[in-house]
Amino acid sequence: MTDYRQKYQMTPVIGWLLKDRGGMILLGILIAAAILVPASNLLLPESSAFHVPTWMVSLLGKYLCYALLALSVDLIWGFCGILSLGHGAFFALGGYAMGMYLMRQIGDRGVYGDPILPDFMVFLNWQELPWYWHGFDMFWFAIVMAMFVPGLLAFVFGFLAFRSRVTGVYLSIITQAMTYALLLAFFRNDMGFGGNNGLTDFKDLLGYSLQSDGTRAGLFVASCVFLGICYTVARGITQSRLGKVLIAIRDAESRVRFTGYRVEYYKLFVFTVSAVMAGIAGALYVPQVGIINPGEFAPALSIEIVIWVAVGGRGTLYGAVLGAFIVNYAKTFFTGAMPDFWLFFLGGLFIAVTLFLPKGVIGAVPAFGSADRQSLFTTWRKRRANEGGKA
Amino acid sequence: MSEAAAIQKNASDEEQVKSAQSETILYVDGVSVTFDGFRALNNLSFYVEPGELRAIIGPNGAGKTTMMDIITGKTRPDTGDVLFKSEIDLTKLDEAEIANLGIGRKFQKPTVFESHTVFDNLLLACSGGRGVFQALFHRLSDAEKIKIEKTLVTIMLEDKRDEMAANLSHGQKQWLEIGMLLMQEPELLLVDEPVAGMTDSETEETAKLLRSISKEYSVVVVEHDMEFVRDLDCKVTVLHEGSVLAEGRLDHVQKDPRVIEVYLGR
Ligand SMILES: Nc1ncnc2c1ncn2[C@@H]1O[C@H](COP(=O)(O)OP(=O)(O)OP(=O)(O)O)[C@@H](O)[C@H]1O
Ligand SMILES: [Mg+2]
Repeated sequence: MTDYRQKYQMTPVIGWLLKDRGGMILLGILIAAAILVPASNLLLPESSAFHVPTWMVSLLGKYLCYALLALSVDLIWGFCGILSLGHGAFFALGGYAMGMYLMRQIGDRGVYGDPILPDFMVFLNWQELPWYWHGFDMFWFAIVMAMFVPGLLAFVFGFLAFRSRVTGVYLSIITQAMTYALLLAFFRNDMGFGGNNGLTDFKDLLGYSLQSDGTRAGLFVASCVFLGICYTVARGITQSRLGKVLIAIRDAESRVRFTGYRVEYYKLFVFTVSAVMAGIAGALYVPQVGIINPGEFAPALSIEIVIWVAVGGRGTLYGAVLGAFIVNYAKTFFTGAMPDFWLFFLGGLFIAVTLFLPKGVIGAVPAFGSADRQSLFTTWRKRRANEGGKA
Repeated sequence: MSEAAAIQKNASDEEQVKSAQSETILYVDGVSVTFDGFRALNNLSFYVEPGELRAIIGPNGAGKTTMMDIITGKTRPDTGDVLFKSEIDLTKLDEAEIANLGIGRKFQKPTVFESHTVFDNLLLACSGGRGVFQALFHRLSDAEKIKIEKTLVTIMLEDKRDEMAANLSHGQKQWLEIGMLLMQEPELLLVDEPVAGMTDSETEETAKLLRSISKEYSVVVVEHDMEFVRDLDCKVTVLHEGSVLAEGRLDHVQKDPRVIEVYLGR
């Protein structure tokens, strides 16, 4: 067993991590952040210049969740050409699974003091817990569901879509329809997920108060850890032969079919993995922001994720992380300073990136974009030479 | 004709068909396809023997590519039989299944994986496990490496090994695609217009390449370039409006007045 592992997994893991400069930098930053941010928040006095206030810890933690969500989209869009405009749905489902656990943790501390039923159910005059709320009093169960439910939805949806060879714009449109359908469903009170108010007023997680600095720091660290793990998994997938098949599908799908690969299975695999990652991101997000409501299913939010990836640089994984941070930092800034301008800015940013930075911000950094720059330069030189030859 | 004689005739017909089938690697019989009322293939029949090199010529729109689409499972025929090795019904299978049976196809427009290196292009085409999890845990074996190196030499791209396929010339992409077919270890190769966009010397090399390949595999080549077809030095099938117009050696076919009228004479 150990032998097998060593032979088939450990060596390549180290190999491709070392080759991956951007990934090394990302993992380094995550490790440093996971140590320094909580330490300076918890250990340094508030008067210190290096003290990180708790609201900042939570804000950064939230960005990390967005970064993980962006990573999951880049895995399918950047490497397999599947443009999902409905990934917010998987994120929200993961968030709801965590939210259900947090609701059950409230116990009899709710407004109505019912030991089992969450407040909104009491308000609706429900007598007992719906069957699908059972088990969510256990943390491990909620975590499993936060991954399983988005994964299952992606599997079923992907099975139907990929088997029927729905691709391109049509696929993007039905992913939008999927998240929109869920948005409408979750708005309904009788669905049993709190209607348009969603789930909120959480008290604690595993017995630790969500308001305490320690819990918030812990959630921040967990976000760093899961982003690091998911990055490594995604990188492992893209570096394997399977990853090469995915890129081949992105570039020439029919060639892959005629080479004997079942394209639909490959797409289904990566789509499901990606949805599970989005679910994890949602589960980490909800305790840090303290609420989950149907708004997270909004089609516009899913489109925004794609913009994060495009801004950061598609097809690099770490570019998606960078893009999520850049755009969300800008969003925090704009919605504070000039809320009316945010959507204009976002639209403008997307157009600007598409026109001037087709490889995103990462592609513009010489150290990362050098190979491509060189090829751009060579094509330019070739073209010049050709023109010269004709003249 | 007496009843007994009729039965006997039927029986001998059947036998003939059977013996024809048992000698073929590819058996296309009475195939018709209609696209929105337009008959792209019209009762098309032809047979390829194991180890044979066959050229298929015909004017634009004759149905050559459509015929390949039928054989490789991309398009389903309205009527007719397509058998591989005399027994496997190809009309019931999909592209991946047919590819894995041992039928490789080169597209009319050269199609390689542009953002992979030449080496990786061949690796992806390398015969062997096509399953998702096999691919996830796959590690390059020495046998695969050797096979890839051998193919690199065959397709004259050994010094382009680490070049991105996107940076190859048009002709080199054609060769790479042929190399990818070889990596699949097919029994039958379908090659659609392999010398389109090639220089004269490249065209000659390609003819040589295909002739040497046909020593090991059965090869069907679709081509417009007459010089090239002459170089191939093999049996020629002329397609016109979705059916076979003539068949035989090139010299023979070129003398056929109908062929001259629809194709060669123009
Ligand atoms: N999917 C399709 N839908 C509609 N018509 C089609 C389709 N595929 C092929 N055709 C038509 O069928 C006819 C035969 O096309 P095909 O591509 O097989 O010709 P070809 O012999 O390969 O020609 P060329 O030498 O130009 O490659 C053409 O008139 C084409 O327009
Ligand atoms: Mg054609």
